[in-house]
Amino acid sequence: MNQIVKTSLTRRDFVVASATAAGSLAITVMLPGLAETATIGAQTYGPDASPHDVNAFLAIEPDGSILIRSPHNEMGQGAITALPMIVAEELECDWAKVKVEYASPSRNLREHQVYGNMVTAGSRGVRTSWRFLQQAGASARERLIAAAARRWNVAPGECHAENSKVTHKPSGRSLDYAALAADAASIKLDREPAIRPPDKFKLIGKSLPRLDTPLKINGAAKFAIDTQIPGMVYAAINACPVAGGKLRSVDETPVKGRRGVLQVVKLDDAVAVIADRFWRAKEALALLKPEWDTGAAGKTDSAQFAKMYRDTLNGPMVSARNDGNVDDVFAKRGNIVDSIYEAPYAAHATMEPLNATVRFDGDKLEIWIGTQIPMGALRLAAAASDLKPEQITIHNCFLGGGFGRRGRNDEMRQAILVAKQVAKPVKLVWTREEDMTHDRYRPQAAVRLKAALGSDGMPVAFDARIAVGSIQRSNGMNKVENGLEPQAIEGIANTNYKIPNQRVGCMLKNTHVPVGFWRSVGSSQNAFFMESYVDELAHAAGKDAYQFRRALLAHRPDFIGVLDKIAEKGDWDKPLPAGRGRGIAIHECYGTIVGQVAEVTVSKKGEVRVDRVVAAVDCGHVVNPGIVEAQIEGGIVYGLSAALYGDLTVKDGRIQQANFDEYEMVRLADAPKIEVYLALTGGKKWGGIGEPGTAPTAPAVANAVFAATGTRVRSLPLKNAKLPGAA
Amino acid sequence: MISITVNGKAHRLDIEPETPLLWVIRDDLGLTGTKFGCGISQCGACTVHLDGEAVRSCGMQVGDAAGKSVTTIEGLSPESRHPVQQAWLAEDVPQCGYCQSGQIMAAVAFLKEHLSPTDADIDANLTNICRCGTYVRIRRAIHRAAALMKN
Repeated sequence: MNQIVKTSLTRRDFVVASATAAGSLAITVMLPGLAETATIGAQTYGPDASPHDVNAFLAIEPDGSILIRSPHNEMGQGAITALPMIVAEELECDWAKVKVEYASPSRNLREHQVYGNMVTAGSRGVRTSWRFLQQAGASARERLIAAAARRWNVAPGECHAENSKVTHKPSGRSLDYAALAADAASIKLDREPAIRPPDKFKLIGKSLPRLDTPLKINGAAKFAIDTQIPGMVYAAINACPVAGGKLRSVDETPVKGRRGVLQVVKLDDAVAVIADRFWRAKEALALLKPEWDTGAAGKTDSAQFAKMYRDTLNGPMVSARNDGNVDDVFAKRGNIVDSIYEAPYAAHATMEPLNATVRFDGDKLEIWIGTQIPMGALRLAAAASDLKPEQITIHNCFLGGGFGRRGRNDEMRQAILVAKQVAKPVKLVWTREEDMTHDRYRPQAAVRLKAALGSDGMPVAFDARIAVGSIQRSNGMNKVENGLEPQAIEGIANTNYKIPNQRVGCMLKNTHVPVGFWRSVGSSQNAFFMESYVDELAHAAGKDAYQFRRALLAHRPDFIGVLDKIAEKGDWDKPLPAGRGRGIAIHECYGTIVGQVAEVTVSKKGEVRVDRVVAAVDCGHVVNPGIVEAQIEGGIVYGLSAALYGDLTVKDGRIQQANFDEYEMVRLADAPKIEVYLALTGGKKWGGIGEPGTAPTAPAVANAVFAATGTRVRSLPLKNAKLPGAA
Repeated sequence: MISITVNGKAHRLDIEPETPLLWVIRDDLGLTGTKFGCGISQCGACTVHLDGEAVRSCGMQVGDAAGKSVTTIEGLSPESRHPVQQAWLAEDVPQCGYCQSGQIMAAVAFLKEHLSPTDADIDANLTNICRCGTYVRIRRAIHRAAALMKN
């Protein structure tokens, strides 16, 4: 199946159709009194169980509404629309009556991980939870059927579920789900029903409108930063600007007697001001001149780090892969391409700065936060508060962007430590400056890539040396085995390009700067390295960059499908005028292949403008094509901000860019036209979609810049590249 | 005491006049649809209307808004019926949604001055940041809203 996403059913079509198609989904969102008909609440959490539960995943309320509990949270990726669609696919319920809340981490704890690990990261919502969500819907449906059959004293096989009703066909009797829910909850089935095969899907595969959109056009959606609880005070915080440093001392005199200021709180590595308003806390904090113990880290800078990573490339490596005999080939072949690529730290810069609100109440602790890892947050909160996870309630809110940043909950730990010293509920908010300078950044990296081309121009040996910060070590995750972690080598060691001799080595080296999971993680920088380099090889071989990739991926029809789609839709064969260029890149991560053709214009001053990006996706099964399209659009823009502008530097151990004036983002004027196509080869996989769109953007753009200028950019961001002006 | 009118309701507040309007709206009046994004008038998440014109409320002192009429996203339309909101809904624009109050308020003010906007008009006037990258849909929604407003 090859289709453009745009031709499928979307909300745009619903709006047109709504005048005639009474009862269609559009009616829910288009009726007058919109606020009342939004199908989900402004708040993502509720009581963690209901008397009307059929199982942990769903409750059928007396009014016929279906409450579905999503095991993954909503940070823009569409989880609370797509995941309920999977439940509803099997439940045979009226989609217009579906309501959604997040599943509760406390209930997950009580009921032995009934919702799985609840992690929202690694593009894993649909990818890891589809099966048990389908099962939850199917199991509930069969129980509703069994409950009706028992009431009518007929065989369940004679009954049939559809549109929130069970019908007994022979007699024509029917009962609403709401009337059966209580009985269904107590039904014991001999065996759980089989889930529906994809060729029978009715709801999965449709571009249903997102359930959260009505709440996000009128300010109703509640993010953690919007939490308001009685008696709450505000905390503004300043952690040591050099990560790992400690607070030596701070003179509180400058804030004494200031209006609204209640208290100065000192932590090991931070100072906070508590006030009755956030603005007063923030202004007072700015008057403090804390003394920090920064140690040797306080003398480091970006130039030292760049040299360290480059030098590391010449030292010993841990083997990640060694197939054939690379050295033999290099000794014999003359046509060798040897290049060094680099990438800087990158900040997440979620639009909602990190924040958390906490309330201690005797031996109980309540937390309002946006977290990607609620179970991890429970454990972290327990450690910070000296309580047991059972004594803690986490109210997870809409996330104002995640991208990997909301998976460590640094802000929550601080809020708990601060609240321990303040006898009131505390809302702690990071300023943008605090957020940008205390991130867990995409790691800085350098790689050396070397290949020998055969007489036919195709590579016969490939040698990669990778020097990069360890995300695992930086986060205390200790999943570094034999000196390697998947995040460091993904996209290079597991490349799908068929080259007979391949060797990949890696050396993990961390600075004091914390590193973490940034949208598409290792693939974000490694795809830039690998796909730029493959482009270099194609040019060295005198071959077309698209055809060169096609030849190296001939054994992978799914890659070929994506490549052919972007070449066709991206007008690969049509020439462009001087000063413009097209670049191609393809990458697989999180079970999904994304290819992109970028078109750029380079001005006479050497400035890059990305005019158009054409993307194709093979993610296997598609739950909601409209959401897939949006995620690829967004992933491209996210990758583009970092590729064009993302220049994060360190001086005196401190991150130097603190706000959007110094760390620029793509805005409307810089955003390219984007076209997204599905290029599905019918694979059985359920690939992720939140991250794979980001990885190919930087190389597609850099390759287009080469096509336009003849200059190969091997270090990001592109704004720092010295490009010849267009002719 | 400072007098301001927000969404048609008059308020008298005992507050420092240099307090940014943003924090008055959020923390004193409890209207949380207007968002804090950067604090330096860079991102536009805090965009509201002051006597009908778009302003970035994090960079405006409440003293300068005294006696004026402020409209926040909550006051734009009681049932989200404004054509810009309807266009946003039709294009399914938001992802995380955090910046969208500001995007919508900026677009509403823009469309008052540009009844038939070109892409170049949009590029030149709308500079709010969206980290989810919803720009393709924002652009489409603005054109859709302009068409709706003509009918």
